[in-house]
Amino acid sequence: MYSTIQDFGRFGYQKYGVPCSGVMDRKAASFANAILGNNNELPVLEMTMLGPKLQFDCNTIICISGADMSPKLNNTFILNNKPISVKKGDVLSFGKLNNGVRSYLAVSGGFSTEKVMESYSMYAGITNQSKIEKNDILEVSIKSELFENQHASIKMNTDYFNSKGIEVFKGSEFGTLSESQKELLFNQDFTISKDNNRMAYQLNEPLENSLEPIITSLVLPGTVQLTPSGKLIILMRDCQTTGGYPRVLQLKESSINVLSQKFTGQMVSFCLDMI
Amino acid sequence: MGYQLTFKRFGEHSILVEWPPAIDESILNDVLSFKSKIEYFLQEESIQVNHAYNSLLVGYDSLEIDFTDKIETIKKVYRKNTDNGKQVFRLWKIPVCYDVDFGIDIVALASSKKLSVQEIIKLHSQSVYMVYFIGFLPGFLYLGGLDDLLHTPRKATPRLRIEKGAVAIGGGQTGVYPNESPGGWNVIGNSPIDFFNIKNESPSFASAGDRIQFYPVSKKEHLNIKTLVEAGVFQIESEVIRD
Repeated sequence: MYSTIQDFGRFGYQKYGVPCSGVMDRKAASFANAILGNNNELPVLEMTMLGPKLQFDCNTIICISGADMSPKLNNTFILNNKPISVKKGDVLSFGKLNNGVRSYLAVSGGFSTEKVMESYSMYAGITNQSKIEKNDILEVSIKSELFENQHASIKMNTDYFNSKGIEVFKGSEFGTLSESQKELLFNQDFTISKDNNRMAYQLNEPLENSLEPIITSLVLPGTVQLTPSGKLIILMRDCQTTGGYPRVLQLKESSINVLSQKFTGQMVSFCLDMI
Repeated sequence: MGYQLTFKRFGEHSILVEWPPAIDESILNDVLSFKSKIEYFLQEESIQVNHAYNSLLVGYDSLEIDFTDKIETIKKVYRKNTDNGKQVFRLWKIPVCYDVDFGIDIVALASSKKLSVQEIIKLHSQSVYMVYFIGFLPGFLYLGGLDDLLHTPRKATPRLRIEKGAVAIGGGQTGVYPNESPGGWNVIGNSPIDFFNIKNESPSFASAGDRIQFYPVSKKEHLNIKTLVEAGVFQIESEVIRD
């Protein structure tokens, strides 16, 4: 099980080599926060494919968005994208993954775990804790007591979980690809490799190339690197700040969300955004 | 001043500025001077500026950016002359224990060069290294100036775990692992100094443009310094560099 507290990450600390971090799917996390009337960027619990079992130690209101992991409150199924009142002692659990990969649990007022460099995002070596462990206690900022207006359920469009299109811009070394390599890049489907996590998603199908490595330069979440062996590596939120492989593409922010809801074996195809 | 720069849009909220592809101190000086000008003239904008050897990335904390306009603005900043204070650079003296207990690859490295371990230590600790930038891991300094004789290819299979403080050589580069991590470089020693500490106002003591020199210490001195570092009372020896 891999769950972490994440907000929108660290901006301005990359000069120290600190990764951006932050929620993988900003759209889903923002949605959970918005339904509770929270600021979109408040810290949430990001759960990957499996969820933990959580017991509440206070009354609050929660909302779950993103992947559908069959959430239950005290053994009764509850819905995603709906504000839900919980009482002290209630138990939230998760089951079968029905759709997507990453699910977000927001609480009214947000979590208030350790904050380092202006962010709650967990990352080994920056925060003391790098993920949630059994018996942990997660502090919350209590903003409001129970409210009874629970009828509001908002439909979140999760079609993007199933779309294989990844919208991209040209990367800084795109121009060094040959015409036939460019064609392969855009006319072929790629399979997500088993090496996919918060740092990067690798793709299985190689793109043969003889591009020279570049002098180590800057990269961002969403940068697509091409290695000499032809591996395409899409950097994600926890990526390093610099890299030496040619940067052939750069994902649109919304496509980072799309990719975050995909896992091993699923297909993606790149579509170029003309600018 | 006077490099032919390229300005490119990098995704939705950043602009990449590039210098000619070379690892070169005069390029670094120009990168740093441009960086401080951007920070000075555009301080009211919510931006962050990061740099590497020959590149600089201006990141905006917003998604609605008129790139043509922004690129024009930073091009103008490049042409401006300023005297917004010359940056002060320091030379940091960093203790390293080259004992084989730490320098697990130093014997193999020496024999591959047909040199003695003592000669390796001398070559590594007599150079003054330029700090180009911080990247790869939090607090990892990219250093220039490794003696040609010490250039050594990375290991074919990276180690899964390299100790915090490991001093290592990979290709034409040398560096110190600020934290435990996997890595493919050849480990020749260990420094007890903290290269990344979130408790400090600036988590890395060194900045781009500073210089680093290593000095050999015994295992006992290494332990003593480590104790002082952990207690938060070790003062790294340094001096201001005068041009």
